Amino acid sequence: MALAKITSVTGRAVNVPGNDIDTDRIIPARFMKCVVFDGLGEFLFNDVRRNLDGTEKPHPLNEARFKKATILLSGANFGCGSSREHAPQAIAKYGLKAIIAENFAEIFFGNSTTLGIPCVTAAREDIAKIAAAVEADPKTDVTIDLVELEARFAGQSVKIAQRESARDALVNGRWDAIGELIDGKADVLKTAATLPYLAA
Amino acid sequence: MPKSLFQKVWDAHTVRTLANGQTQLLIGTHLIHEVTSPQAFGMLRDLGLKVLMPHRTFATVDHIVPTDQLVEPYADPLAQAMMDEIRKNCADYGVTFFDRASGKQGIVHIVGPEQGITQPGTTIACGDSHTSTHGAFGAIAFGIGTSQVRDVLATQTMALGALKVRRIEVNGKLRPGVYAKDVILHIIRTLGVNGGTGFAYEYAGNVFAGFTMEERMTVCNMSIEGGARVGYVNPDETTFAYLKGRPYSPKGAAWDAAVTHWKSFASDANATYDDVVKINAADIAPTVTWGINPAQAISITENIPSPETATSDDDKVGIIEALAYMKLPAGAPIKGTKISVAFLGSCTNGRLSDFQEVAKYIKGRKVAPGVKAIAVPGSQIVGLQCEKLGLDKILVEAGFEWRAAGCSMCLAMNPDKLVGDQLCASSSNRNFKGRQGSTTGRTVLMSPLMVAAAAVTGVVSDAREVFHVVNS
Ligand code: SF4
Repeated sequence: MALAKITSVTGRAVNVPGNDIDTDRIIPARFMKCVVFDGLGEFLFNDVRRNLDGTEKPHPLNEARFKKATILLSGANFGCGSSREHAPQAIAKYGLKAIIAENFAEIFFGNSTTLGIPCVTAAREDIAKIAAAVEADPKTDVTIDLVELEARFAGQSVKIAQRESARDALVNGRWDAIGELIDGKADVLKTAATLPYLAA
Repeated sequence: MPKSLFQKVWDAHTVRTLANGQTQLLIGTHLIHEVTSPQAFGMLRDLGLKVLMPHRTFATVDHIVPTDQLVEPYADPLAQAMMDEIRKNCADYGVTFFDRASGKQGIVHIVGPEQGITQPGTTIACGDSHTSTHGAFGAIAFGIGTSQVRDVLATQTMALGALKVRRIEVNGKLRPGVYAKDVILHIIRTLGVNGGTGFAYEYAGNVFAGFTMEERMTVCNMSIEGGARVGYVNPDETTFAYLKGRPYSPKGAAWDAAVTHWKSFASDANATYDDVVKINAADIAPTVTWGINPAQAISITENIPSPETATSDDDKVGIIEALAYMKLPAGAPIKGTKISVAFLGSCTNGRLSDFQEVAKYIKGRKVAPGVKAIAVPGSQIVGLQCEKLGLDKILVEAGFEWRAAGCSMCLAMNPDKLVGDQLCASSSNRNFKGRQGSTTGRTVLMSPLMVAAAAVTGVVSDAREVFHVVNS
């Protein structure tokens, strides 16, 4: 399976500040009553974006000026809680292509990488700089460069970081491991044969 | 070289190193449920792939099942669709399915151990973050996303980077009225919600050695609430005694061989760890949450924090946000906070011993007027065991509703939900905003006996006082 080599992502950004933003908040559980992921994008951050009657609450994603954003900015421990892949799926289906945060919860990070959504980390001050540039001009293009490991925006640049295994997988077009895992079948059966509990 | 259980199990299941440096890890046991598996089967179909080891894949339904309706079709057509889907997928791919008609259905993390499917020295994966529960048996158990569910279905492996190991030792004697739930809430409170990122937690010390399997499961269950994807306890005689005679446990000569094999996976005495944390059991009190993540917890005798007492700017922002959502007064005692709902159940505290402990103390007492109290066994088998012992009657006489097995009010995917800003005393594991089904609903996490104490008094209470607990 040929996958795109994701070496950089460029686009407008939107800042959703806060720490410990959990996957229940990213996509509330009631929207997981589905057997396909299609349609989840509409409900991204639903309960912090909308009142029960469907009217909008103040939220960056509701602001017209940020509607075209493809990069999400946030705080520490983004994506904590439930392992639901519905969270990165909702992010992707909404149209976001990458996330810059101070750090990420483990399972969310892995799920996102497998979907080809780069989750990169940056220092809080640096995220604030990007957020300030975007706030001043929402049309600002932000580039996440996974080769140089920097984010460029409005003539500035800041350092970003990403776990090497994920970065390698993205830039080399092997972020979805399934093809490689399938290729290992002979070795899988060999390893399985050494474990008594796996005997059929 | 001496090794920890994590390293031994990891090594035994390593297939090979992948191009990006991650490990292709063999997953011996795959558990699936209705919420995170349908899309994975859809991906298999799209790719024209089969399930590699259907005999190592086990399914049940838990999240969406109504606990007050057994007859299908369910009132919620979406829930029925998910039910139909998992049934069809299991039939199409030859996967064992513990359906409701089997009498073995329940929350996936209760069913695995109960059936003897969860075994020491194994790797387990499930599309659910509380898969860490199975670590109680000395297994390395990972919560995974749906694409990884697809990977495990198709290849019985997944791509993963090794974790560091932190040993958390709890030594000494727990005080009366202090439970496994308090131990893990205390650990999370101490190390923080993301303190465990990148780590597997090895729980050790004489408190864990003395714990029953059910107590160990309660602790391992909530590892993820502290950011640790994996949590485990080394297997010992308690583990083997629990597993003996279960449907999927080895039998006869195979049993003895299995025990010897399982023992070999326990951490070596002189294993080295990336970090060691020591906790004194006597420092742990009945613990309750006051905020919107499980680390925002205090002992029942403490006061709710106020922004002025914050230890950092982040902490301050967190406190302000949490108090606003919880509608709780800064600096006031948590004790006495009015509740509307009491929930006993979930994969954290929905096992036989949880209901036994509550029944022991609640017998002859009544749920306070105006409090809705529900007790939900974690599996059909737990339900039956409770009924045989008459625990259901004791709970019903006290004013609890006794329900059918499922996740129930732990999350908002079935009809059991909070309404408006109701405050729920809950034995579950997450107090996130909106977690229990109302976007303004409030959750206070605590041990089952503390839930019972809140139920009978109508306010968050110290179970030790309410029930005169002298030793547990
Ligand atoms: S009881 Fe709650 S935490 Fe456990 S599996 Fe069900 S929804 Fe998840």
